Amino acid sequence: MSQPKDPDWNQVSRRDAIKTLFTLAAAYTASGCSRDADKLTSFFHSHFKELSPDQLKSNLETWERRYKKRYETDIKVSSTPAKEGVLFGYALDVSRCIGCRRCVYACVKENNQSRDPQIHWITVLQMEKDKGIDLVDSTAYYDPEKVPEEGKFYFPVQCQQCENPPCVKTCPVNATWKEPDGIVVIDYDWCIGCRCCVTACPYGARHFNWTRPGLPREDINPDTEFLGNRPRPKGVVEKCTFCIQRSRKGRYPACVEICPVGARKFGNLLDPESEIRYILKNHRIFILKEELNTQPKFFYYFSI
Amino acid sequence: MKVWKTSLMIYGLAVLGAAVASNNGAPEDSARDSGSWDDQLVAVSPPPFSEGVFPCSDCHSPDDEVDRTPHVVDFHDTVHFEHDAENRWCLDCHDAQNRDMLHLADGRLLPFEESYKLCGQCHAQQLKQWKAGDHGRRTGSWSGRKQYLLCASCHDPHSPSFKPIEPLPAPIRQENIR
Ligand code: SF4
Ligand code: SF4
Repeated sequence: MSQPKDPDWNQVSRRDAIKTLFTLAAAYTASGCSRDADKLTSFFHSHFKELSPDQLKSNLETWERRYKKRYETDIKVSSTPAKEGVLFGYALDVSRCIGCRRCVYACVKENNQSRDPQIHWITVLQMEKDKGIDLVDSTAYYDPEKVPEEGKFYFPVQCQQCENPPCVKTCPVNATWKEPDGIVVIDYDWCIGCRCCVTACPYGARHFNWTRPGLPREDINPDTEFLGNRPRPKGVVEKCTFCIQRSRKGRYPACVEICPVGARKFGNLLDPESEIRYILKNHRIFILKEELNTQPKFFYYFSI
Repeated sequence: MKVWKTSLMIYGLAVLGAAVASNNGAPEDSARDSGSWDDQLVAVSPPPFSEGVFPCSDCHSPDDEVDRTPHVVDFHDTVHFEHDAENRWCLDCHDAQNRDMLHLADGRLLPFEESYKLCGQCHAQQLKQWKAGDHGRRTGSWSGRKQYLLCASCHDPHSPSFKPIEPLPAPIRQENIR
């Protein structure tokens, strides 16, 4: 291929071009048009894992500003690091669950899911006692007056925080990864919305925002985490994070605290004295779709 | 049938006898733990009394004549007793002399706040699992201070099995989401 003849062209290297772009962006920022400037800044920032502490801080502040504009309310966006020596695990007592869906809606509220169009991170499946665990014959749309119903049992499914997560492997841009405490997170700024992970997840745990989430201001939980429950834009994927904004601060996830029958258990798998370890030791536990080698850290058991 | 009634009475009397024997006990005689079985764990939930029912001594005075024969008590008509009703009745758990307290099988008085000890006399397995964080629901911190509900917060002690409840709305079907 021949080089372009124009001598001016040769003088503008790629590096110079990018420099100019950045300068323009900076000038734009300085010009006081902060809404668009914030947009531009977040467009140019590096991958989450490569951000310096200062960059991360300014990134969080940028988002707080943007949310303030969009929702006209103060939303705190934090980035709490994983604690050393912690690997989160979850256990669910299938024999106790009554299918009341309290967990589903507590999760929606805590994690700022879109109300309309509806997004639920937890799906409670109803199954027949006669048939046992049978995903094909199960339904999420059961709607009797009272639960539990005779002859039925209930099987809640949400992100299993796989140790070997196919969703992470499939992401072409590294927008989703497993954190040191075992939580699989998504950077909504990095997600390109290709939905490869949605199809790769064998548990139907990932959900796509086809529109800007319908999140009324008065319903917003303002205590958010950057890699967790902060309001999402249109066109990105989201899922359960074991309530990263709570669990990393030592609290139980919202679904654990709401369950009226105490079917949900949570804790540190690396602490031999923890509740979760007691349960793993004292019950016959199983995992969903074991044969896929996803190695969930979400365990099921029947205690009675 | 007669045999039943007699044995029921004997059982009731035995339990009550023990209760009477110790009912002059000062608070330090009660079954209150000195040290907690888990310092990080606080069974905070107050006993779930119905409106205006406590203290029981507002109506029951210690000097009242008490019929210690197991019988149906009409007055407390909100109480539907379905907790091994054939073999048990009010005064097996409630103390006849000090109505504001419960008592254990050995007669030791027990405040309502510690009713789990009374439940644990029969349901030892559940008590063990409850202390371990297996049975029941905890709130607070997985790594530190947490709150625990009393057995009676979830199970009506007079009718402990769970009653069916209304589920929250079913999700909207995928095909109906726009
Ligand atoms: S359950 Fe699905 S979304 Fe969650 S880690 Fe496993 S593959 Fe990923
Ligand atoms: S809140 Fe508890 S009982 Fe109700 S559906 Fe969820 S897990 Fe089951």
